[in-house]
Amino acid sequence: MNILFDERLDGEFIHRDKADVLDDLQNAVPSLTLLHREEDLHPFECDGLAAYRILPMLVALPDTLEQVEGLLRRCHALGVPVVTRGAGTGLSGGALPLERGVLLVMSRFNTIIDVDPDARVARVQPGVRNLAISEAAAPYGLYYAPDPSSQIACSIGGNVAENAGGVHCLKYGLTVHNVMRVDVMTIEGERMTLGSEALDAPGFDLLALMNGSEGMLGVVTEITVKLLPKPETAKVLMASFDDIEKAGRAVGDIIAAGIIPGGLEMMDKLAIKAAEDFIKAGYPVEAEAILLCELDGVEADVDDDCQTVRRVLEKAGATDIQLARDEAERAKFWAGRKNAFPAVGRMSPDYYCMDGTIPRRELPRVLKGIAALSQESGLAIANVFHAGDGNMHPLILFDANKEGQLTLAENVGGKILELCVAAGGSITGEHGVGREKINQMCSQFQSDELTVFHALKAAFDPQRLLNPGKNIPTLARCAEFGAMHVHNNELPHPELPRF
Amino acid sequence: MTELAIHAADRDIADDLCEQVRSAYTDRTPLRIVGGDTRAFYGRPVEGNALNMAAHSGIVSYDPVELVVTVRAGTRLSALNAALAEKNQMLAFEPPAFSDASTIGGAVATGMSGPRRPWAGAARDFVLGTRVITQEGKLLRFGGEVMKNVAGYDLSRLMAGAQGTLGVISDISFKVLPLPTASHSLRLSIDLEDALVKLAELGRQPLPITAAGWHAGELFIRLEGGTSSVNATKERLGGESLASDFWQQLRDHQHAFFSLKEGQSLWRLSLPPNTPPLTVDIPQSDIFYDWGGSQRWLKTDVAADTLRTACQQVGGHATCFTPYAQGGAESPFTPLNPVVEKYHRNLKAELDAYGIFNPGRLYAAF
Repeated sequence: MNILFDERLDGEFIHRDKADVLDDLQNAVPSLTLLHREEDLHPFECDGLAAYRILPMLVALPDTLEQVEGLLRRCHALGVPVVTRGAGTGLSGGALPLERGVLLVMSRFNTIIDVDPDARVARVQPGVRNLAISEAAAPYGLYYAPDPSSQIACSIGGNVAENAGGVHCLKYGLTVHNVMRVDVMTIEGERMTLGSEALDAPGFDLLALMNGSEGMLGVVTEITVKLLPKPETAKVLMASFDDIEKAGRAVGDIIAAGIIPGGLEMMDKLAIKAAEDFIKAGYPVEAEAILLCELDGVEADVDDDCQTVRRVLEKAGATDIQLARDEAERAKFWAGRKNAFPAVGRMSPDYYCMDGTIPRRELPRVLKGIAALSQESGLAIANVFHAGDGNMHPLILFDANKEGQLTLAENVGGKILELCVAAGGSITGEHGVGREKINQMCSQFQSDELTVFHALKAAFDPQRLLNPGKNIPTLARCAEFGAMHVHNNELPHPELPRF
Repeated sequence: MTELAIHAADRDIADDLCEQVRSAYTDRTPLRIVGGDTRAFYGRPVEGNALNMAAHSGIVSYDPVELVVTVRAGTRLSALNAALAEKNQMLAFEPPAFSDASTIGGAVATGMSGPRRPWAGAARDFVLGTRVITQEGKLLRFGGEVMKNVAGYDLSRLMAGAQGTLGVISDISFKVLPLPTASHSLRLSIDLEDALVKLAELGRQPLPITAAGWHAGELFIRLEGGTSSVNATKERLGGESLASDFWQQLRDHQHAFFSLKEGQSLWRLSLPPNTPPLTVDIPQSDIFYDWGGSQRWLKTDVAADTLRTACQQVGGHATCFTPYAQGGAESPFTPLNPVVEKYHRNLKAELDAYGIFNPGRLYAAF
């Protein structure tokens, strides 16, 4: 089924003429930069999920909150949908434009307003890059913890929208755990502050709700993040295994020993080979799997923990264990992991990155399932995991120029996510649902649960103008997708039309 | 998966609870959701038929290696804490318990967190998933039992702290953490001004601090972590040893500070951590600084508006812990800004159209 917005399934809009909308917005907010010529719109037709492209009706590039407010008010009045975009690095198509919608690009809001080392917070605009926050905090010995692999380019507003993660989540949490306050503009152009620089705020926890809501409840206009003192030291151990299941069990053994590593990553043979060919990180190419275990904190504790982890790894059957001797070697070990995606990209014309999570104990079973899917489809799959928190990133290798391969890769990807759901996990750990996984949401949630999500949305945006078609599928889409739970052999929602 | 001790009292009565919610929905009669009935003082009084959660108790699953426990809302905090401690693990947000009858559902619904909050996170930060009974009496599952899950809206965290006004939390899955290997608590004689400077200074360093308070000329600090770092920091900070149950007494309001004089109310101020002492005229002996300064307990007869204005000026808020019937403020929680309130009402209207879930508990209007 086509993933692109389909009004029959995803909901209808008032159809407005592009020239009329442009005219209306130009009159209402004369100072606002609006792109409307096709050649100017092309750079915005996709985000990090580049396989899907839609030319937006218009692109707005505001510089001031007044312009954002004016734009939202008019779009609300006209019934024109608005898709908000940051740096456009998202991997789930969360900022995929709409043909009949305005793309609101927040990248010009790129100022770090304040870094307060005593309160250990930074106030930033949504277009500020993730890494830039840590750079600004560095002179005070502080940093911003969540580090998605796109941190050099991704913007903090997008991190909030997707509740972005990274390799240090098990110990330091996701975006939702590290954001203290957001200023939000509603579709009606109202401003509200959620959370505070204190550790809580009165009323419902709308701050938590806003994180990961994929721009569907409001437009984030300012963010206050928590800063942490930089760990005194970080050391990384690399363990090789001749069997991936042994590596999986070793992960559980480390946690069982009472240790929460700063990072705990696993790569399989294909990923190891790809990374080693590309980066020369010193990875053992003959191994079936490697584990990278980073321990950070106060030097004395880290040394103690290194000893413990080494013993655990030996007992778990590691064939080789190396402790990075110095900072340079630690960086090299990580470079292989952090470049695993582009490394795999060199092996294959295209690859499709998945983002399922599972309880760790299910790893052997899910890996077997993935291997079977690989064999059945003939597509190679490299496995890279945030093993500590059970977040898998299987990379499906394919060639989009070969007929049918993109569809095949999508189908294999969908089946992998369904494996994760069946194992008690989730279809997305940190990339978000966006447009990409909209159909798989029908496997993870029942129609009653989706109905509650729609009710939440209605509380903020009853006309469904903010990023429609993302994150939460309509019941009509799920009925069409056919993955909803069938009870007593009766199709859910027989009243809904099927296409 | 660990073998679970099955207690005779443990039962799954979710179907029965759903039935009670369904009839309340049909009859449009309000429900007062009750666990151990130990937090009724917190918030406005609720008129309604009791929906008793205490019998819905027991640990559903606990896998220490996964760092995940799933528990029914009526489970006593004491039972859950004991089960976790047996496996050297804990709820890192240290939920307060005001009597042995306190339940985990009540702790999450009120969103209360203990002394470790600024360093470890709040109740909602450890909630991975919930089963929630909706207004129509349906038992639905949100979030899950995995560490990372960004599918759909984060309804589970929204429920934490909503005090049962948006739905009934039936089961909760938590991320749990290992108990620290080493722990040491200490007290230092230091005046308030110097204490606040010291706390800011210590806060910028990677030290194993997991609790910090100040009261009546003394700074109290808890160190937890690896043996080596706790010992090193203990030596560096000096001071006298502090009994380790000090933090539990503070958490559960058993510390002598919490006995009120005639006419006083107990207030909780939540402020940015490095906020200097407020300019409200309250004797220092009636203030307890917790959470490294960002949670301050006050015993006072100063008017609610005066306190709230002072807090608002520095970006914080004030909550009255003394019930109205006992002389506390009429609105225990800080009134919401009109735009934020509008979306609270909208949410309430969507998830609880007939106002059957703890109506008026947070605010009179919804």
